[in-house]
Amino acid sequence: MNKNFILYAAILVFGLAAPFLFPAFKVQLSILCVLIVLATTWNIQGGEMGYNSFGNILFYGLGMYLCASVQVGMFFPLAEWTESGGEKTFVHTPTQFFQGMAVGLVVAAVVPTIVAGLIGYSILGLRGHYFAICTLGLGVAAGEISGGIEIIGAGQGFTTPPFPNVGSLEARGEFFYFLSFFTLVLTFIAVRSIYSTRFKLILNAIRDNEDKAEAMGIETMKYKIIGWMISAFFCGLAGGIMGGLVGYIDSTDVAFDGREMGVFMVLMAILGGKGTLWGPIIGATIFHIFKEGFWTFFLGWQYVALGVLIVVIVIYFPEGIMGWLREKYPERFGEVVDEKDRKAQVELK
Amino acid sequence: MDFLVFQYPMITLQACLDGILLGVLFALIAYGMALQWGVMNIINIAQGDLVILGGYIAYFMYLYGIHPAWGVIVAPVIMYFVGIAIYKLVINKVVDRDLFISILATFGISILFMQLMNFAFGADVVLANSGYGTTMLFDNNVVLPNSKIFSAFISIVFAVCLVIYMKKSKLGRAIRATAQNARAAKILGVDTEKVYAATFGINAALCGVAGALISITFTIHPYMGLPYTIRSFMIVIVAGLGNLPGVAMSGMGLGVFEEFADYILGTEFRIGSVFLLLVLILVYRRFKLSRKREYLK
Repeated sequence: MNKNFILYAAILVFGLAAPFLFPAFKVQLSILCVLIVLATTWNIQGGEMGYNSFGNILFYGLGMYLCASVQVGMFFPLAEWTESGGEKTFVHTPTQFFQGMAVGLVVAAVVPTIVAGLIGYSILGLRGHYFAICTLGLGVAAGEISGGIEIIGAGQGFTTPPFPNVGSLEARGEFFYFLSFFTLVLTFIAVRSIYSTRFKLILNAIRDNEDKAEAMGIETMKYKIIGWMISAFFCGLAGGIMGGLVGYIDSTDVAFDGREMGVFMVLMAILGGKGTLWGPIIGATIFHIFKEGFWTFFLGWQYVALGVLIVVIVIYFPEGIMGWLREKYPERFGEVVDEKDRKAQVELK
Repeated sequence: MDFLVFQYPMITLQACLDGILLGVLFALIAYGMALQWGVMNIINIAQGDLVILGGYIAYFMYLYGIHPAWGVIVAPVIMYFVGIAIYKLVINKVVDRDLFISILATFGISILFMQLMNFAFGADVVLANSGYGTTMLFDNNVVLPNSKIFSAFISIVFAVCLVIYMKKSKLGRAIRATAQNARAAKILGVDTEKVYAATFGINAALCGVAGALISITFTIHPYMGLPYTIRSFMIVIVAGLGNLPGVAMSGMGLGVFEEFADYILGTEFRIGSVFLLLVLILVYRRFKLSRKREYLK
């Protein structure tokens, strides 16, 4: 416990100091925080509950659009804003910007949660690959439909309010970094406290054998929906922040980007290790470093690399880094190992 | 909206005929998907990208001055080997693993293909012009391009040939045996590895045919693959595995649905409506099945 406390304190201090230590990487660090939030929350129902969803991008995109729409719509007519495109006719004052952002983030978190609760009963009744394909369809459908709605910019895109002129030039990066870092800390605390309760055991029971869990008297549907709603809450929040950070929302390329972000969150969780607390965090960090390195040096080939990466990870490392570590050092994970048994296994191999 | 049928009978008829001709093509792709799903228990997200690749083969023949209709013969031959290569490299490692692993792995292949096609052929929407002209029906009120009729005819020919092949040939029997029980087939001397490879190759070849036909009748674009995957998946779950008349009927039904969605909602919502329909079908299926489960209780 004591060791853990030091570790958390060290990470917290590092996180708070990071934008001043690496001022050039503020945007990248903020994106990393958002990616970790996405991977960790995907893990709640993908890893712990065994419901592999491609559709969390739905909540992410919804949050993004809602946050930006609220931020604009609170003070100016939304339709005129989107019609003007890149040329701004309205300017947010700093107070308006931050007020709008705060309300927008709350809406961006709450509405996807409600949506998840509403559709959860029908979608979460599907099992296995039907669930995976259905959620994939949901994500793409949301992207296609939002690309046809005029008031949020349709195919032209939606420019989020520019950051107001307060203080130094660094203010924008710092604001978004601390916002996303705060969200990350919030997510980590929430997920960690969830994982230490009976709720996590119920989710694991659903993953291992849903019918048996139901026979044992667990109301599986209720817990599945709650699990999905928790995911949706943080996905929406992350989407709202990402919208402000990117500054421009496009229906299929930024918001409901199933081909990029929707796969990233699955991939990061699998890379780190599904069904562990630290797995998605490690996976997201490694993935982001690899991605940025590759994206910069092999410009244009990034999707080819991404496709190859997905295939390689899925085929050769389906257990992820944490799974590999667990196999290598089972004692560290609190598993009791019989030396004789282990030797016998090694000989068998 | 619901008066469309009575007020504009010609538009309705046009949409129905277009949809049926389109649906036959969908049914051909769905047949390939049902084949590999039944035999190997794999859902191939890259199905649509194989279709588009087949389309580009026909388009390239068109660019080099050969009539694109010959693509119907060339594309499946090339695609068969592409399919075998994909099987050897990736699919044989995920065949008996968790279904989600196969979905994700084929998703990776899909992204890879999309981007490679984008590099190789450019991001333009292209069309191979067959120069077949059009047929006018009912006092020129209904216009049917001959290429659509041609493509529907060719799809039916290929489907019938394949059905006969599956019934009569030795490989066809081996494939059906493996689909029923892979272990038993192995014990009885069927080389399942070979059967799997052949199945995936045949599936890719069917996609090649469909792609060549699509490049003649419609347009192709590197990123247009996923909707074809979703359509074939939808057709298979509506019809059920191994139900060929069902596949044909639901394919045509989907085609008609799409044409009407196109007319009523507008072209920008066409793909969106396909994906929404998928979600609705799955949800309907879930409630139907849960009612069945309650009977058991």
